[in-house]
Amino acid sequence: MLAQEIADILQKQFSSEVLRTVQFRDQVTVLVKKKRIVEILSFLHDSPDLFFDYLIDLSGVDYLDRKEHRFEVAYNLLSVKHNHHIRINAVVPEDDCNIDSVTGIWAGADWHERECYDLFGIKFTGHHDLRRVLMPEDWEGHPLRKDYPLKSDLGEKEWKGYTDVVAAAERNRIYEVH
Amino acid sequence: MTLKKKELSINMGPQHPATHGVLRLVLELDGETVVRCTPHVGYLHRGTEKLFENRTYPMGLPLTDRLDYISSMYNNIGFCVAVEKLLSIEVPPRAKYIRTIMGELTRIANHIVWIATHALDIGAMTVFLYSMRDREWIMDLYEMTCGARLTVTYPRIGGVRCDINQEFIDSCYKFIEDFPKRILEYETLIDQNPIWLQRTKGIGVISAKDAVNWGLTGPTLRGSGVPYDVRKFAPYDAYDQVEFDVPVGKNCDVYDRYRCRMIEFRESVKIIRQCLDKLPEGLVLSPEAPPYDLLPGKPRVMPGHPMGAILPGEEEAEEKTQELFDEIYVAVEVPKGELGFYIVGDGSGKPYRMKVRSPSFVHASVLPKLCEGSLVADVIANIGTVDIVLGECDR
Repeated sequence: MLAQEIADILQKQFSSEVLRTVQFRDQVTVLVKKKRIVEILSFLHDSPDLFFDYLIDLSGVDYLDRKEHRFEVAYNLLSVKHNHHIRINAVVPEDDCNIDSVTGIWAGADWHERECYDLFGIKFTGHHDLRRVLMPEDWEGHPLRKDYPLKSDLGEKEWKGYTDVVAAAERNRIYEVH
Repeated sequence: MTLKKKELSINMGPQHPATHGVLRLVLELDGETVVRCTPHVGYLHRGTEKLFENRTYPMGLPLTDRLDYISSMYNNIGFCVAVEKLLSIEVPPRAKYIRTIMGELTRIANHIVWIATHALDIGAMTVFLYSMRDREWIMDLYEMTCGARLTVTYPRIGGVRCDINQEFIDSCYKFIEDFPKRILEYETLIDQNPIWLQRTKGIGVISAKDAVNWGLTGPTLRGSGVPYDVRKFAPYDAYDQVEFDVPVGKNCDVYDRYRCRMIEFRESVKIIRQCLDKLPEGLVLSPEAPPYDLLPGKPRVMPGHPMGAILPGEEEAEEKTQELFDEIYVAVEVPKGELGFYIVGDGSGKPYRMKVRSPSFVHASVLPKLCEGSLVADVIANIGTVDIVLGECDR
């Protein structure tokens, strides 16, 4: 089925939820509100004509300038049976930074959601084990947010894991061979 | 007197020869049986996605080498295919064929490293010695073309860096002539080996339904009998002009995944031969390709604002008034699975957001599912069979 047709079905089924549909280079993105995201994705997963059995990718995007809906969570879906794709983007506002977890539909969403939480700080309610996955557990901040600097001199606030290593290297200098 | 029973928790990794890098598994054991397995990744996290956002597209290319350093050429190809689709650059046919040849050589090189380390982990050392000898030939072929052996950065956005010469073609022909005999050598060593069979048959079973639900890709998925291959489902480069089969397994275990990869060796040889036979003449780099010293340009700030310096088709862009950001997800079939690039472009020469969907990250997440309930020794077989590289997993 063409991606545009799937978007039309979604528009009909969830007309109050779909904000807009964008087509770019044969790929269709459907922007939806976050409230009924699990319902929408279950519909895509279960309906036999659509049958999106495959969550390829889940990723966050930070649009810093848009105050009312700063974050988007992009779900890239694929149906192995029908070979069609669609992308559902759910809007997450800054002051209500959470969205329902889809691990109940696709088990593979587990680490993708943890990564999104780790790097963007979006909380996935209903996730069974929402911990950081890439950054250290005692890290502060969420690095892929646009207001997080690429590099800066943190001084006193430097991550302890790093200062410990630097101090240990300094202590062990006496053992260097010259 | 009754003895108290307690689960023993042990750390496997991050410094462990069988974890293929810096993977750490916390295993909770009841005797020899794994009760719970918790993978910890991120020891090699370098913030690649953040770095991408601060570099132009041509500058981002060398970063992709460092993701999966075993098959760096294919990472480059994946990135180039994605950016070409975003910027709508047409690649010359000769470049497409060269990329396909290089991609399949990379697949062979990757599977060689895989079979070498996987067999070594399980206890068959000789395979390592034989297969590393053959990998060397592929490394020489790389070196002949672009001067580098490991981190090649040979493909470019819009083609490849330089043309291949007759010496390369001759050597490549000779390689695909010889290589099928060498596959037989590996198979003689392990295919019917009773120890190998005991260590792999019926181990790490994951059903087709679960494998799809967990998002597995590549040979790891096809071992469970799902014929999903990006080269067939959404062909890129020259894959729609060559004939090849996609092997699938039946028993969903470690052994079937091993067989899938062994057959993929032969399919890759088939693809390379067809590409060499049909290699067209012409340019290897599109004239539309962005220059290396490209300036990032300004991001679009208003609807219909002229795009950056490089984007072709500006008239088309001016018609657009709705959205400011172009989103695209393009995947390629790297040896380990599906490598996808989700790019959000803002019209400048830099990506606004670049997400790398790496197969290793997904495959590492399925380890608890494979390991729980099995023996400690089978954890090693399971790590080997999903074929992960931590550089790609942690990004």
